[in-house]
Amino acid sequence: MDSISMETGFIIAGILFTLGLTGVMIRRNLIFVLMSIEIMLNAAGLAFVFAGSFWNQADGQVMFIFILAVAAAEVSVGLALIILIFQKFKTLDIDQLSKMKG
Amino acid sequence: MQIFIELIVLLPFLGFLILSFFGKYLGKKAISATAVGSVGLSALFTIILGVKLLNEPDTALFASLWTWFDIAGFNPQIAFYVDSLSVVFVFVITFVGFLIHLYSAEFMVDDDGYARFFAYMNLFVGSMLILVLADNLLLLYLGWEGVGLSSFLLIGFWYKEPENAAAARKAFIVTRVGDTAMAIGLFMLVYHFNTLDIQVLLNNIPGQWEVDNPLATATALLLLGGAVGKSAQLPLQTWLPDAMAGPSPVSALIHAATMVTAGVYLIARMNVLFIQSPVTMTVISIIGATTLLVAGLSALAQYDIKKVLAYSTISQIGYMFLALGVGAWSAAIFHFMIHAFFKALLFLGAGAIIMALHHEHNMFKMGGLRKKLPLTFWTFLIGSASLAALPLITAGFYSKDQILWYVWAGEHGSTWLWLAALTGALITAIYTFRMIFITFYGEQKTVVHQKPGALIKIPLIVLAVLSLLGGFIDLPHNFGNFDLFSRFVTYTLPGIEIEGENLEWILQTISAGVALFGVYLAYLFYLKKIPMYNNISAKLPGLKKFLLLGWNFDGLYNRIFVVPIFTMARINKRDFIDYIYTGIANLGLFFNSVLSKTQTGNVRWYIMGITFGAIALITIMFTL
Repeated sequence: MDSISMETGFIIAGILFTLGLTGVMIRRNLIFVLMSIEIMLNAAGLAFVFAGSFWNQADGQVMFIFILAVAAAEVSVGLALIILIFQKFKTLDIDQLSKMKG
Repeated sequence: MQIFIELIVLLPFLGFLILSFFGKYLGKKAISATAVGSVGLSALFTIILGVKLLNEPDTALFASLWTWFDIAGFNPQIAFYVDSLSVVFVFVITFVGFLIHLYSAEFMVDDDGYARFFAYMNLFVGSMLILVLADNLLLLYLGWEGVGLSSFLLIGFWYKEPENAAAARKAFIVTRVGDTAMAIGLFMLVYHFNTLDIQVLLNNIPGQWEVDNPLATATALLLLGGAVGKSAQLPLQTWLPDAMAGPSPVSALIHAATMVTAGVYLIARMNVLFIQSPVTMTVISIIGATTLLVAGLSALAQYDIKKVLAYSTISQIGYMFLALGVGAWSAAIFHFMIHAFFKALLFLGAGAIIMALHHEHNMFKMGGLRKKLPLTFWTFLIGSASLAALPLITAGFYSKDQILWYVWAGEHGSTWLWLAALTGALITAIYTFRMIFITFYGEQKTVVHQKPGALIKIPLIVLAVLSLLGGFIDLPHNFGNFDLFSRFVTYTLPGIEIEGENLEWILQTISAGVALFGVYLAYLFYLKKIPMYNNISAKLPGLKKFLLLGWNFDGLYNRIFVVPIFTMARINKRDFIDYIYTGIANLGLFFNSVLSKTQTGNVRWYIMGITFGAIALITIMFTL
């Protein structure tokens, strides 16, 4: 089987991570910010899988399972928070949700 | 006998404790009975002791109570030592103190602080007894500070007037200057002799320190500093005129009869040390001569009757210092005793006048009181005659004449000192009779509200009798030749060598003539009011003001000490050292305000910060 090289894999993971990060930085809607965070998590998981296949180790895939589980938990908490925030502030624009300042 | 010594000291303290703890619950009768009774009993025991000592004057009585503390071989005792010198002081303190307590029982009766007053007075008597009875200098110093404290409390007795409180503070601080010198002197004695026991010191000093040893001179001068402060001599005399802010009995007891002569006692007690240092002796006589002139001239210009007496006290203690300085030890102690009688009498008389005129101190508002207050007048006249040393009949003549004679004829005497003392005698006579003529003669200017009662009259009469007859216990060599007192005191103090030819008759005539001439001058100036006096006083208002302010020593000290210290305090009001610590705190606050600006609450800024921070860190890591 033709395998994708290690470098290509990491570049793909890097691009995916950058996409997610950019989303977090420029998106204002909280739901999109949450989705971008998911993308970043998946980019990290992809990097683990590539690394695991490169060294023929199952650890990479094990880590990905962990990340999936953590992401699921995070999303469930995050979505619940978003719903609460929306109920309270009637908006999901994070530029307006800036009450916590020094 | 020992129990008597202990009781003499203990009783006034007992009175003090009772009055300070239970004074609130006692009636005025009980309060005065406690205070007067305790001092009266002390006086009684003193007389018993005195009679015993008169019979066996060469044996000293000793009462050791307990060891105060014991550190590295230095073990001062709480112990009392009675010899012919201290018994004279104890007699004056308890006996005159008793009369003054008796007087105060009536004088202070309308005051709210009746119990407080007597508690302080008893504390004073107790401390003063410790001072003169102490067998070591440390215990003496305890008494020394104790009388300083009670003097402070009693000067500021009417503390609601700010001036009185200021006068009390001034007295305390100025005497503290001398006390500090004295403490250093005591340290030197401990360092070199490892003891402060007076008898041991007196025995050891001549062996270890030869005459004119610099250490002996330094120690003697330091002790003299303490004596000068306590006895209000130049240059630390400024507190005594202000101390007149206290009630009149306080002035009589503390600032005339007893406490201010503590310096005389100290010098007489440590006579061996002072003899080892002829320089210090010369300094003492010069201080005495200068002080008696400076204070005497100041007394001439006063209009507050108590201030006249205050300056006169400074001047008379100057005579005692002069006598000590020329080595006429017994003459100094004799003058101390006679002075205590007549000056206490004068202060009590002044108090009676002031009370009769409702707190009027100004002599020029008195006038013509001779007819209204006859007993006060006659006793006051006797006291004044004694102060002015009118010849033959008054005690003051015999004591002052003795000093003048020794200053002239003693081995350390000199003509200049004698001239100063003689001039002082003239001035004394003038200001004393100026006071009499202004207060008791002429027109009456203030109504007499209140006549003195029996408790005021008795002490006045007793003291007047003593001011007349007290002198006959020690008559000059050329007539009478009766030396009961000087022989008694000389068991403790060294005698004096007489040099020079026998001029005693001539000198006595001169000093008697000078005193009478002074009275005559006062008569011309203040009763007949000859125009010459008015011309002088009108032409020199500046001089009059200068003398009224007591040579303006206060102004001088203000400029030299008080103002610079206040200025420095004002500059350093916000402590320099504090700037460092407040600086550190302010820097922290500054960083806090800058950094808290970055916490905007805007999440996208945070993630930007994290991202670019991470990029920067990674770049740095890879480039290194």
